[in-house]
Amino acid sequence: MFKMPTLDVKTKDTKKSADVAVVNSVHANAPVNKALKSEDKIRLLRDMIRIRRFEERSMKSYAQENKIGGFLHLYIGQEAVAVGSISVCGKHDHVITTYRDHGHALAVGMGMDECMAELYGKATGCSKGKGGSMHFFAPDKNFWGGHGIVGGQTPLGLGLAYYQKYKGLKGSCLCYLGDGAVNQGAFHESLNLASLWSIPVIYIIENNGYSMGTSEARSSAFRESLAKRAEGYDMDWDVCMGHDIYEVRAKIKEALDRAHEDSRPTLLEIDTYRYEGHSVADANRKKYRSPEEIENYKQTKDPIQLFKKRLISEGVLTEEAYEVIDQEAKAEANASAAFADASPWPAPESMMEDIYWEVDHGRTSQGTLFFNDEE
Amino acid sequence: MRKLSYREALREGMSEEIERDENVVIMGEEVAQYNGAYKVTEGMWAKYGDKRIADTPISEAGFIGMGIGASMLGLRPVMELMFYSFAYVAWDQMINNASAIRYMSGGKINCPIVIRGPANGGTNVGATHSHTPENAIANVPGLKVVCPATAYDAKGLIKSAIRDNDPVYFMENTLLYGEMGEVPEEEYLVPIGKADVKREGKDLTIISHGRCVILALKAAELLQAEHDLEVEVVDLRSIRPLDEEAILESVRKTHRALVVEENKPFCGVGAQISHLIQSRAFDDLDAPIKRLSAIDAPAIYSDPLEKIQIPNVDRIVRAALNVG
Repeated sequence: MFKMPTLDVKTKDTKKSADVAVVNSVHANAPVNKALKSEDKIRLLRDMIRIRRFEERSMKSYAQENKIGGFLHLYIGQEAVAVGSISVCGKHDHVITTYRDHGHALAVGMGMDECMAELYGKATGCSKGKGGSMHFFAPDKNFWGGHGIVGGQTPLGLGLAYYQKYKGLKGSCLCYLGDGAVNQGAFHESLNLASLWSIPVIYIIENNGYSMGTSEARSSAFRESLAKRAEGYDMDWDVCMGHDIYEVRAKIKEALDRAHEDSRPTLLEIDTYRYEGHSVADANRKKYRSPEEIENYKQTKDPIQLFKKRLISEGVLTEEAYEVIDQEAKAEANASAAFADASPWPAPESMMEDIYWEVDHGRTSQGTLFFNDEE
Repeated sequence: MRKLSYREALREGMSEEIERDENVVIMGEEVAQYNGAYKVTEGMWAKYGDKRIADTPISEAGFIGMGIGASMLGLRPVMELMFYSFAYVAWDQMINNASAIRYMSGGKINCPIVIRGPANGGTNVGATHSHTPENAIANVPGLKVVCPATAYDAKGLIKSAIRDNDPVYFMENTLLYGEMGEVPEEEYLVPIGKADVKREGKDLTIISHGRCVILALKAAELLQAEHDLEVEVVDLRSIRPLDEEAILESVRKTHRALVVEENKPFCGVGAQISHLIQSRAFDDLDAPIKRLSAIDAPAIYSDPLEKIQIPNVDRIVRAALNVG
């Protein structure tokens, strides 16, 4: 009989104390971090706090107020990955991610109002209520979503990076995926093409340990390192601790330099952790891992608390200043919920808009486009 | 007027667009150094080079998805599927990503990609290489489906497809690639969404697309010569957008309709057309609408059986005579 790995609680080792290590992060000395001014560091901290408070507020809207339906995949615990990596990006560096996209959206500069309104399905949402939680977009901020199918965005990220190469720009694409996506075929096809054609894409595996409720041990045969798969495609790879925003920035900068200077791809695995379920609707979120595992991570590796301590030790931040930032973030999140609540629903006729360019632009072909019979 | 083959017309259309717009690139399996599995792109790599004409690995989900991503930034990739049957390998990219990116972004993002290749049976290659997915793809809002029948239309439509700001899935036919047709020297476009009456008549309308249009025209000649029937042949040219008015106008004139397609009958294009006619021209009909499709089985390999599985001139003539 086949022997399958059994359900393994505590598969993710969250106990290693990271506290001291991050406060003394060697990556603080990386040039990309040494160049940070005090206000830059405060902004990094504020961006992480804003993501967390936004998502906590959205969870309340979903679970307590019944204002949000469907899926709500929360990023809480992983904030340093999006904020750290996107903070290093330049003019021609693009971003595309998974359905766990609120953190990246706020990190690229999208507003809480348009994001919360999208969660509520309102006309004022970033996608006019047509996308939902998994489908935030801001192409004016180099942010290309927000994609619902596991691994489905990995060839798209390749195309965004291919465009930079085609146009001769010093650009790249940061394409995020989860640990569950490493077993999708489209991802492996993308790795092969990226290396074969020397496309400046940076694949970032945000390894939070669980592909929905299935641990890495039960889903991936080769577990020494997910990123080491890159060797099969003759591609550079690295691993990174996602609770240390300085390390995230340093490792991303190396990958960006490789993309910009050599037009070579990178596969970077960032170890991180999500505190909530796969989505808010994850009924088993406390069954496939122990409460102790979650608590250990929060106590020892919370990216916001670690960076807060680091900045206090650097003399950049005080407890009082932190409180002000935190209260502002809470107030902004509450205001976004009020904005979303007060916003109108999309008009029924808007359902037929944004499907075809030529229809929206009044330059129709001579045929009709839809098969919708009048009742 | 000069004559070109269907494949030469396609090549000329793509070449003109390559020269007109630096954002146009052609990618696919064997399109460059091999000169195309069906020679549609023959000579283009030698003329335009690696940057514009690119060979991909056999990796449809990867390279089609890459083209979709690049098109979001404004490239206009023309991706060749060696067979349209291989679309199923890239289905998530073609259906989930390309069709919905504009909608889900509230109109912020466009996807000006063309995905082209032969979508036909009748070539003795069995079920995996003989799919006709125009009905399935036309079922997806956000996508356009084009099926040219002649060299003239192939050139004019591929140029329109490349210039279109939405994803256009362009379905050709290996049995048509060598067919000659008149193609003017001067530049022209054929608009997507406009049907073409390929033959005028007063007794019966045959509505068709792709290679079945050519078969219908041959059947119409026989019906004229042997049965004194004047058959009108409406070539849809695109399935989505569908030129509903052209269909209705013809049926209102002839009062009889036969829909001919290589699609399988179940939920085929003909089912949609039949519904359209009965719902909007019911009072104009003198007889029930008839449909002629492929026989509803996976594409059979055996040559003589495959020839009767898909529509042929004899089957069309018999079906036309059976319209009441």
